[in-house]
Amino acid sequence: MTEYDGNYNFGFLDEGAKREIRRCILKAVAIPGYQVPFASRELPIGRGWGTGGIQLTLSLIGPDDVLKVIDQGSDESVNAVNIKKFVGLCTGVATTTDSGAATLIQSRHRIPETPLRNDQILVLQVPLPEPLRMVEPREQVTRRMHAESDYSPVWLHLYEDLVHYGEITLGADYPVMAAGRYVMLPSPIPRYDNPKLNQARHLTLFGAGREKKIYAIPPYTDAVSLAFDDIPFRAEDFRGRHCRLCGAEGVYLDEIYDAGTGERFYQCSDTGYCAKRRAGR
Amino acid sequence: MSEAAIRHAGAPEETPVLSLSGLTVRYGEGCPSCRGGGPLEKNRCPVCRTVWALRDVSLEVYPGEVVGVVGESGSGKSTLMKCLYFDQAPTAGACRIDGPERCEDVFSLSRQQQRYIRNHILGMVYQNPMLGLRMTYSSAGNVAEKLIAAGSRNVGMMNARVEELLTHVQLQPARRKEPPKNFSGGMQQRVQISRALANNPSILLLDEVTTGLDLSVQARVLDLIRGIRERFGISMLLVSHDLSVVRMLADRTVVMLDGRIIEQGLTDRVLDDPRHAYTQELVHSII
Repeated sequence: MTEYDGNYNFGFLDEGAKREIRRCILKAVAIPGYQVPFASRELPIGRGWGTGGIQLTLSLIGPDDVLKVIDQGSDESVNAVNIKKFVGLCTGVATTTDSGAATLIQSRHRIPETPLRNDQILVLQVPLPEPLRMVEPREQVTRRMHAESDYSPVWLHLYEDLVHYGEITLGADYPVMAAGRYVMLPSPIPRYDNPKLNQARHLTLFGAGREKKIYAIPPYTDAVSLAFDDIPFRAEDFRGRHCRLCGAEGVYLDEIYDAGTGERFYQCSDTGYCAKRRAGR
Repeated sequence: MSEAAIRHAGAPEETPVLSLSGLTVRYGEGCPSCRGGGPLEKNRCPVCRTVWALRDVSLEVYPGEVVGVVGESGSGKSTLMKCLYFDQAPTAGACRIDGPERCEDVFSLSRQQQRYIRNHILGMVYQNPMLGLRMTYSSAGNVAEKLIAAGSRNVGMMNARVEELLTHVQLQPARRKEPPKNFSGGMQQRVQISRALANNPSILLLDEVTTGLDLSVQARVLDLIRGIRERFGISMLLVSHDLSVVRMLADRTVVMLDGRIIEQGLTDRVLDDPRHAYTQELVHSII
């Protein structure tokens, strides 16, 4: 825990900025999957380095919150540590690596293995929020396409994969249909994590700082990964593999390759989960 | 016998699948002079410089009929097609469609409803394949996009339909995964045609489909269109500045000049016995 030095306003952003972001969050929650534009503020971090998620965190955090920050599953990577330090410096709130103990979890590219509760908020950092951007560069046109729910280009993109490779090759950021209305990108989480958004007990907020958009999947809301009628959605398959540290099965595993011995290891991507399992043993 | 009577002689009860009335497209506000039907320089008002791309265009397309639209560059042919395919909003006018889906005026519908009509009732082949195709997506994907837009979400069924359509336009099976940017102009047009046919449209809009293709390729594309007409009986609106294309395909021909229809009638009549001075010039200027 870092001491709040009092040199900044609580949560770094001024109260007006935080209020604007909270208003956008309310709108995003009211319209699941709809990208709400917001005035992304300057932060002491370059845009595109998690500033969307940080602004959400800073505008939501209170003195009693417990924060966990994840960077691709890890609690200890540079990005996660620095965000934790920064938020600590301007709020003084406690941090944790235990997803069960956190009230606010900011994450980049992973959703924790342990299902979250209704009293927890997950904030995901989003590099590119627009699922139609790959086919249409003009914001004016993509907004109109969303308004008319003209999503055939997204489906075409999936179909193209099937034409060329016989399967859908999108590894991360696999599009989902939110509450049957808006197609949205769930940020670059692996396909494995997509089902965790559907009818989840927790609120998931998505913040894109560079693209200036906020969107949300509220608790108990449908977030269905797009799939053709005859080709079901498929997540990564880790059957027959387990974590070399904690022995966990049925979790998202990272593959580690030892160039010297040519050996392949697997270990939990969610380091907080792995550490907790080992500590409990 | 009047021309209208000839047209109706076979089936007096028949209603047009498409009837366009008073279609007007104007670029600019207009002024009392040109709004009141004052003189224009070609299609431009000399007073306020408003361009009247289309002025009070009315025409009908009957089931199974091919209507040719001829006229010089800038006469409003492509604007007419763009309006019919909702690529461009008209200033005034109404378009009634009949058939499996009926609508009194498609221009007054919401964009979503227009998109439905565009995907289910209309098929469009643009002069420039860049407009009608996604050049970097596979040919199969290009055709499938229309099926997806019409609500299909079954890959097996879509693959079978794509296969059927691309076979119909004689695209070699080996090249179906290739993007159209790798193709010759004639092949690109054939991909566009199969895409346009994907959802069994009742009206096909063909905008200068053979322009820019060499003669043997032109012949194959025309042959294909003729085959489609014989096999499916789809109504077509065919824009061309090539009178031989119109003579070969169209039952009826409409001649446009400066955004207005100046003459219409059975193709043979219009081309063999043109009445309007401009049509006479057009017919006699064939090299």
